[in-house]
Amino acid sequence: MYLLLLFVSPPPICCSSWWGGVQMGPPDPILGVSEAFKRDTSPKKMNLGVGAYRDDHGKPFVLDCVRKAEALISSKQLDKEYLAIGGLGDFTKSCALLALGADSEVLKSGRNITVQTISGTGSLCIGANFLSRFHSASRDVYLPKPSWGNHTPIFRDAGMQLKAYRYYDPSTCGFDFNGALDDISKMPEKSVIMLHACAHNPTGVDPKPEQWKEIADLVKKRDLLVFFDMAYQGFASGDIDRDAWAVRHFIEQGHNIVLSQSFAKNMGLYGERVGGFTVVCNDAEEVKRVESQLKILIRPIYSNPPMNGARIAATILNTPDLYKIWLGEVHGMANRIIKMREQLAANLKSEGSTHNWQHVIDQIGMFCFTGLKPEQVERLTKEFSVYMTKDGRISMAGVTSGNVGYLAHGIHAVTK
Amino acid sequence: SSWWSEVQMGPPDPILGVSEAYKRDTNPKKMNLGVGAYRDDQGKPYVLSCVRKAEAQIAAKKLDKEYLAIGGLGDFTKACAKLALGDNNEVIKSGRNITVQTISGTGSLRIGANFLSRFHTEARDVYLPKPSWGNHTPIFRDAGMQLKAYTYYDPKTCGFDFQGALNDISKIPEKSIIMLHACAHNPTGVDPRPEQWKEIANLVKKRNLLVFFDMAYQGFASGDIDRDAWAVRYFIEQGHNIVLSQSFAKNMGLYGERVGGFTVVCKDAEEAKRVESQLKILIRPIYSNPPMNGARIAATILNTPDLYKEWLGEVHGMANRIITMRELLVANLKKEGSTQNWQHVIDQIGMFCFTGLKPEQVARLTKEFSVYMTKDGRISMAGVTSGNVGYLAQGIHAVTK
Repeated sequence: MYLLLLFVSPPPICCSSWWGGVQMGPPDPILGVSEAFKRDTSPKKMNLGVGAYRDDHGKPFVLDCVRKAEALISSKQLDKEYLAIGGLGDFTKSCALLALGADSEVLKSGRNITVQTISGTGSLCIGANFLSRFHSASRDVYLPKPSWGNHTPIFRDAGMQLKAYRYYDPSTCGFDFNGALDDISKMPEKSVIMLHACAHNPTGVDPKPEQWKEIADLVKKRDLLVFFDMAYQGFASGDIDRDAWAVRHFIEQGHNIVLSQSFAKNMGLYGERVGGFTVVCNDAEEVKRVESQLKILIRPIYSNPPMNGARIAATILNTPDLYKIWLGEVHGMANRIIKMREQLAANLKSEGSTHNWQHVIDQIGMFCFTGLKPEQVERLTKEFSVYMTKDGRISMAGVTSGNVGYLAHGIHAVTK
Repeated sequence: SSWWSEVQMGPPDPILGVSEAYKRDTNPKKMNLGVGAYRDDQGKPYVLSCVRKAEAQIAAKKLDKEYLAIGGLGDFTKACAKLALGDNNEVIKSGRNITVQTISGTGSLRIGANFLSRFHTEARDVYLPKPSWGNHTPIFRDAGMQLKAYTYYDPKTCGFDFQGALNDISKIPEKSIIMLHACAHNPTGVDPRPEQWKEIANLVKKRNLLVFFDMAYQGFASGDIDRDAWAVRYFIEQGHNIVLSQSFAKNMGLYGERVGGFTVVCKDAEEAKRVESQLKILIRPIYSNPPMNGARIAATILNTPDLYKEWLGEVHGMANRIITMRELLVANLKKEGSTQNWQHVIDQIGMFCFTGLKPEQVARLTKEFSVYMTKDGRISMAGVTSGNVGYLAQGIHAVTK
């Protein structure tokens, strides 16, 4: 009897693992909502977690001006050479102009430095890292309570300390103006204060102009460094200049702000990752110094930014016909959201709800803080297949004239 | 009152300085050999035909612009891993790699550096070859790692200091991180030979080091995709659970589109899931999710057989033109009457050539001939054309005879 020795190649001798100590991270809260939505088989299901605009058929919307810009760009058969570290000049100039306005003294004196970034998140990350490295006077960043979830890890990973100031008033589903002023008045000098320029995320609650003026005043008294996050310019009220009013007012009042801008929502450029980061400096000389340090900071993160989205945005901003179309489309998106708010409130009334739903109309932008409690949210999801985050936030973008009645029905059922 | 009065003017970028001086020069014979991007034989930027075709295909589909997942486009990351590891690689089959889309090579290295900084608690030290790409240093430093070096380039031979490397590697503390350039070492163009790679792999395993491969030139070095990935695949076969950065800037000419990948080879699929979850947590506060356009182009090329075939041909063509320029430069130097040994110009591989020129010679070459390059004597062969190689040889000979 022959013993047949079969030589099989042994399994790879993997080095003892480098990553044995790596824990499974907590699942993303918003992603969890989308995944549960996908699994749901109810034909009436609604995904109100989505942070992206949808048209009245619930479909993603690529702007017409974007398609036109893409066609223009494509016909030029441009090369794909690296952009400068600070990005596409035609984009950064028009990005700053959009935020600051044509009469801006800052632009005229050349005392802003604006770099192209990887959308809003990339802009905030660059800003956070710049502050961490160069704002040695303070480690503290004050966020409104609540704020966008990603603000916290952005600043924390950059080495800053997170603090909060009162902002949202759950008893009114509105702005806690006095609470905010009270907290701001106690902030240590030179701390960093984060302000949402418009369409506060996640509450949709914005200060009124008179309230912004008082805040600007108090912030100046406290000598705080203002960091504006403007992710929804044009998308909030439908008007570009109106949505930038607070940013421009602060600058006029002498605040040398830092500013993050995103074109994800207002140009529908989400996955193209288009944004800007601006530092308003003392003068053009300071700009050169700050610019040199921003480049030194950016280079070891990603070297230079992605070209495609910036070319699209620059084409739109710099081509009068396309710019005009864009303003109309942004206005249209904002209007549809506003209409959905009105219809939701109207439908809740006609359902017989006796609650005060005025905040649904007063809040602005993509999100609405309904005021629903966690148990009510759970029922809404379980019984009606309406998916939203536990804090009661819904994305109005996910509401259509076709489903707003069903939504009102469900909200009324869990709140009556 | 200013927030930024203490902010100092930062030092100017060395390579940018070269390009700027070049722009100012009015000499019609000027040459920019600092450029780290491929040029065709007319000295022009080159957009690959397969890229144009892919773009046309993508445009026709009228796709939306919804956010990609944090880890990027699935069709891209799968193909990206396959390209590096090979079609039938056991790692991919067992699902024990996690590959995320990144902002080209730099973005990949930075994600990797941050990941190591956060999770490789056993060591803070990253060993770079001497010299290495300039940006490696701030990438790892800003991520909180400590930079160290191992002997690599031998200025006497303009080649690989194999013994020096082995000697230094043998002394690297266990569990330290060692950075290896997979092919076409930047800036020297000096690569280990396969037998040398084998010894390095062996020694690195003995020392129990964490291997970080930087592969920015797959296909671009020898003209052959699999040949350029040989070292990466060999290490993995030998049981090294490597981390790997890939770039598609050069080999697909996608520079400004920012297309890259970061891979962690894990013990098994379960570990890959844990590592993936932490990579996403790391990425989200940096840029949330990566840019779509370049990844769609790369995925289309890698996943469409006709385009993939065309791409292989174009990459081969680019590598070949570089190799031809190397040969022409040496031939011309001989014709000029140079008695120096220029064999290294042919032996070195990839976009860059470490000429061996000293700083004073470089200064003369720039001043007298308007040939622009970095002070370390590095030239980008991509900036050399059949039209100007003779002039370049003339200049080099003049400053070295």
